[in-house]
Amino acid sequence: MASVTPARHLLRAKDLADARYAEPLEVDDLARAAGLSKAHFSREFRRTFGESPYVYLLTRRLERAAALLRNTDYSVAQICLEVGLQSVGSFTTSFGRMYGMTPTEYRAAAPPASAHAVVPACIVRAYARPQHRTFREDSGSGRA
Amino acid sequence: MKIATTQVWVHDQEEALAFYTEKLGMEIRADVTLPEMGDFRWLTVSPPGQEDVAIVLMAIPGPPMMDEETTRQVEELMAKGYAGTVFLTTDDCRGDYEQLKSRGVEFTEMPEERPYGIDCGFRDPSGNSIRLTEVKLPASV
Repeated sequence: MASVTPARHLLRAKDLADARYAEPLEVDDLARAAGLSKAHFSREFRRTFGESPYVYLLTRRLERAAALLRNTDYSVAQICLEVGLQSVGSFTTSFGRMYGMTPTEYRAAAPPASAHAVVPACIVRAYARPQHRTFREDSGSGRA
Repeated sequence: MKIATTQVWVHDQEEALAFYTEKLGMEIRADVTLPEMGDFRWLTVSPPGQEDVAIVLMAIPGPPMMDEETTRQVEELMAKGYAGTVFLTTDDCRGDYEQLKSRGVEFTEMPEERPYGIDCGFRDPSGNSIRLTEVKLPASV
């Protein structure tokens, strides 16, 4: 029987970030899903998907936060917790880095995508995830 | 014009066949091995009641049909989940989810309410993404 390439195991880690970003998930958990040690995992994930697992998880959370800002009336603090982040201060800062505005400004500026077209949720998630911008919380492992 | 057959790459046809038939409940539409073509195997499946549309479970060929480098790239794309998505519809997304889950299907998203209906997502053994939607609104393409 033909075997899968190692990337198939890394994909499980990426899927885990997409499925369970709302939980207090960390890079360790992603590494476990891929069955690799943390250091080896981060290196392989980055080589395979072009960004560190930390950045992938963070941008997934920010993408989901942006969707909640567009589609709900939840408070910014509530949204921060909903997407698995603990500190509202660092959430607001990270959000500002990626989107160039505060969560509150973003909400005011962005009408829901569903007002324009019926697009499957998986497409929304894939295309709306923000491009990461290097930031101290990334420990220098992000793409410049 | 009509859509007759479309394909997904698979890393192993036997494993894919078991997944698409035993776990998803599809039926074999064609399973033909051609010795004159280096034992190329044309293997297609589709859901019961939908005989005129099928998915080819296509083995990644390798040389000489596909060069080493391209073969490696396709294997890599597939395993990374970027080789495409199959979009399926159903009358009962939550029911199907429970059934597929009990058969050990690797879900990436649980059933959720969307503006267009209820849907969930899972992967085949090769990493291909499959979407299962219970459509509420008339589909707009």
